[in-house]
Amino acid sequence: MSEGATAAPGQWMTLAPDSTGLADVAASWRSAYVHIPFCRRRCPYCDFAVVTPSEIPPASGEEKYAAAVVAEIDMEPPWGPLDAINFGGGTPSAVDPANLIRVLAALRNRFGIAPDAEISLEANPEDWSEEWGETLVAAGFTRVSWGVQSFDPGVLAALGRAHSPAQAAAAVAGSHRIGFGSVSIDLILGTPGETFGSWHTTVETAVACAPHHLSAYSLTVERGTALSRAVAAGAPAPDPDDQADKYELLAVAAPGAGLVHYEVSNFALPGHVCRYNLSTWAQGEYVAFGLGAHGHRNGVRRNNVRRLGGYLDGIAAGHRPQAGAETSGPWAREQERLLLGLRRRAGVFPGLGGAALTESGEGQRLMAAGVLAVNEDRLVVARPLLTDAVSIAVLSLSPRDC
Amino acid sequence: MSDLSRIRNFSIIAHIDHGKSTLADRFLQRTGAVAERDMRNQLLDTMDIERERGITIKANAVRLRYRTANGADYVLHLIDTPGHVDFSYEVSRSLAACEGAVLLVDASQGIEAQTLANAYLAIESGLEIIPVINKIDLPASDPGRVATEIVGVIGGAANDIIRVSAKTGEGVDELLEAIVAHLPPPQGDPAGPTRALVFDSYYDSYRGVVCSVRVVDGALRNGARMRFLATGLEADTAEIGVLTPTPTPVKALGTGEVGYLITGVKEIDLIRVGDTVTDATVPAAQALAGYREPKPMVFSGLFPADGDDFERLREALDKLRLNDSALVYQAETSRALGFGFRCGFLGLLHMEIVRERLEREYGLDLVATAPSVEFRARLTGGTEVVVRSPQDLPDPGRLTSVVEPYVKVMIITPTEYVGTVMELVQQRRGTIGDMTYLTPERVELHYRVPLAEIVFDFFDQLKSRTRGYASLDYEPDGYDASDLVRVDILLNGVPVDAFSTIVHREKAYGYGKAMVERLRQLIPRQLFDVPVQATVGGRIIARETIKAKRKDVLAKCYGGDITRKRKLLEKQKEGKRRMKMVGQVEVPQEAFISALRIDE
Repeated sequence: MSEGATAAPGQWMTLAPDSTGLADVAASWRSAYVHIPFCRRRCPYCDFAVVTPSEIPPASGEEKYAAAVVAEIDMEPPWGPLDAINFGGGTPSAVDPANLIRVLAALRNRFGIAPDAEISLEANPEDWSEEWGETLVAAGFTRVSWGVQSFDPGVLAALGRAHSPAQAAAAVAGSHRIGFGSVSIDLILGTPGETFGSWHTTVETAVACAPHHLSAYSLTVERGTALSRAVAAGAPAPDPDDQADKYELLAVAAPGAGLVHYEVSNFALPGHVCRYNLSTWAQGEYVAFGLGAHGHRNGVRRNNVRRLGGYLDGIAAGHRPQAGAETSGPWAREQERLLLGLRRRAGVFPGLGGAALTESGEGQRLMAAGVLAVNEDRLVVARPLLTDAVSIAVLSLSPRDC
Repeated sequence: MSDLSRIRNFSIIAHIDHGKSTLADRFLQRTGAVAERDMRNQLLDTMDIERERGITIKANAVRLRYRTANGADYVLHLIDTPGHVDFSYEVSRSLAACEGAVLLVDASQGIEAQTLANAYLAIESGLEIIPVINKIDLPASDPGRVATEIVGVIGGAANDIIRVSAKTGEGVDELLEAIVAHLPPPQGDPAGPTRALVFDSYYDSYRGVVCSVRVVDGALRNGARMRFLATGLEADTAEIGVLTPTPTPVKALGTGEVGYLITGVKEIDLIRVGDTVTDATVPAAQALAGYREPKPMVFSGLFPADGDDFERLREALDKLRLNDSALVYQAETSRALGFGFRCGFLGLLHMEIVRERLEREYGLDLVATAPSVEFRARLTGGTEVVVRSPQDLPDPGRLTSVVEPYVKVMIITPTEYVGTVMELVQQRRGTIGDMTYLTPERVELHYRVPLAEIVFDFFDQLKSRTRGYASLDYEPDGYDASDLVRVDILLNGVPVDAFSTIVHREKAYGYGKAMVERLRQLIPRQLFDVPVQATVGGRIIARETIKAKRKDVLAKCYGGDITRKRKLLEKQKEGKRRMKMVGQVEVPQEAFISALRIDE
């Protein structure tokens, strides 16, 4: 899976974020994902596995949960050392850092952690304090990804966020200062009501904060969320043309500040790609712990239950509270390699699937429309906003198409 | 067999909702034909779809035994008739089996156009008419005014008009007495060679073809060998009987009697409605006069939404036709819709009923193209081509003229709506004929209008513009040349045959503009700009552009959850698989269905 990869572990820092060498070497990285489900409240657009205070008393719950995750880590067969660790949520910054540090220690103990490893967490700006940051950096965290979403108070209110633009800027600046090696800003583009001017300001402000990494995802309406109920009742839905306009602005502004566009929605300075994400797009393997967490090891994709009670009961009973596991055949894995890898600007080595795609009728149509392109020996999506059209074409292929 | 003088054969002529089925129910109860516990509303309407829509499709002939107030016994045959304009040919069939008719009019609504047309048809056929005003129990009833109307159109004296409430039963006894007293008994020669008129037939999956017959001369005897004079078919009678209303076998049907005949023949095409049945051993020399054959007036392509269902659609149409001789169809291919059938119907209601039965009884999901009429194209060199589908219209260069069918339209409306009705008729290229006041408040209008203008949504428009008060009847009135053109719809330069239509040149722009606008909204954005054009003879008359898609919904691959993203994509893939390719453009099936929906 690491065709064309020549870089040895540790050398990745020197490779350009959008290089094919980096894209491919990431397949060999070993990662871990830890899900921290706690949030102070549920955002109207969110459909992740989340637990809010109304569902559980947070203080005692967090410790119990961390203990359960530690127990789950010890149930995973030995592996490692880990190249990337990602604490996602939920809101990892909403819990006492001691709980994160306890889990990190368990990971180190069970798998070992490579010397240059990325240890990252997602955080909300309203949780920032210098003391909080210093505690985490001292414990070995190297990266923080701030859920900034927007620098427009009106948009933040529409998204149900608790922080102000000033808090976001302070969190980014403070985390820089106290020594997180990589600081990332996450934005949401195309919230209904967000004007083009508002987005322009958000992008300018974000770039002015000089983050090492920038992500921007289009707001999508997911089933079962408050947003989808509002849209069904007649509230304005995100407009794809508006989102395309805003995306195009970002795709010019971020590289203007030296942030290299390396995946559909991600930009990074050299040496600051998100290693955990890059590994998932390279079809790399990762262990995963916690509520609703998805792992990928030995070719098996497995996921945990999404309900807290079920998760804790399972661990207490001494087994992993698994909701599903899937082993794909060789053709399905080849399709998966393409649909993940084509999200990267570096694209994929074509292989069997790529050859089938470029020869298919739909592949030809996509190339004629300038969506799909062959770039030297790589297959790339030239119009990233239409990546799903390519993915659907990939899934429509069958092995006899090669 | 009954004494001729003790037989009365009659129909009820009424507008839809004027209470014919309720009156028939009451007759069944009063004559003891149906026990109280078996009574249900609209008993004679045997098909579910009829009962739901509250209309009657198949004629039914029921035998009633009636003892008059002074103790004389009579046999009454009630020949039920449908009440909608599409089925006037079935009305004429029913009338051919009768000596009289009850003209039933709603006391609050007054006489309607079709009722009047059918009443005239009955009078022309020599039938005796008994006018009856129904629903006199309703608070809004105005029997005095309605009586004036009836006298105005068919003559007679207002005092002679019987007033009933079919719902409460009031006046029904008086009506039964009047039927016996005023309607003539059947004429005929009981000793002569057997002649019976086939006035209806239907297919029963166990018994084969079941004919409804009216014996004119002689008698039909069970076990006898019968001959159908028009087709020459000979067959033994397997059963003859009467509907009481349950089918009851009898040994014979005598002169003047009405009943059913089963021969075991399975092919409905071998037994034609209107044919004369005679005894094969002592055949009659002369057939009875037939009547107007049903003729399809409206044509539409029916295509299975799922191409794999083509054979099922064929089987379903074959079965439907067994009970619906007015339905015609032939296989047709559309580039956009695949394999289907071009079907001919008596009218829009008939079309809707057939579609609904295909979907409901046979579980088919159908796409129907816009209804069209039968045009005739005259070519240089003098030949004439029948055009039932827009695709059949020859190149303009080869045409000398195109003629289209016209109809004589009768509309009855309250006088306050005369202006709005005239406006509608003029918009529909109609010419105005005469106008007769039925009463100072209601007027009978006559027009000549191209049928193509009627079949689209004329009836709906008429109803909405007159708040439901106007009624309509029409009959064919020859062909005339018109300035007709074919509008084609092109998607990315490729014609979509399913959307082509033949319209008057003045309406081409309106149709083209509406269709391209509708398609722009219905067809999802593609990877490139897609022009949607309407053309006439290669000239573009309207254009819209479906702007290229710029962005997919990009669900993020969050926290390594690849399975979920894949499932979302798989779902989209399934949606894409169901699309039809028109050139390079993907068109969802729903877009065809919605664009072709005529009620929008």
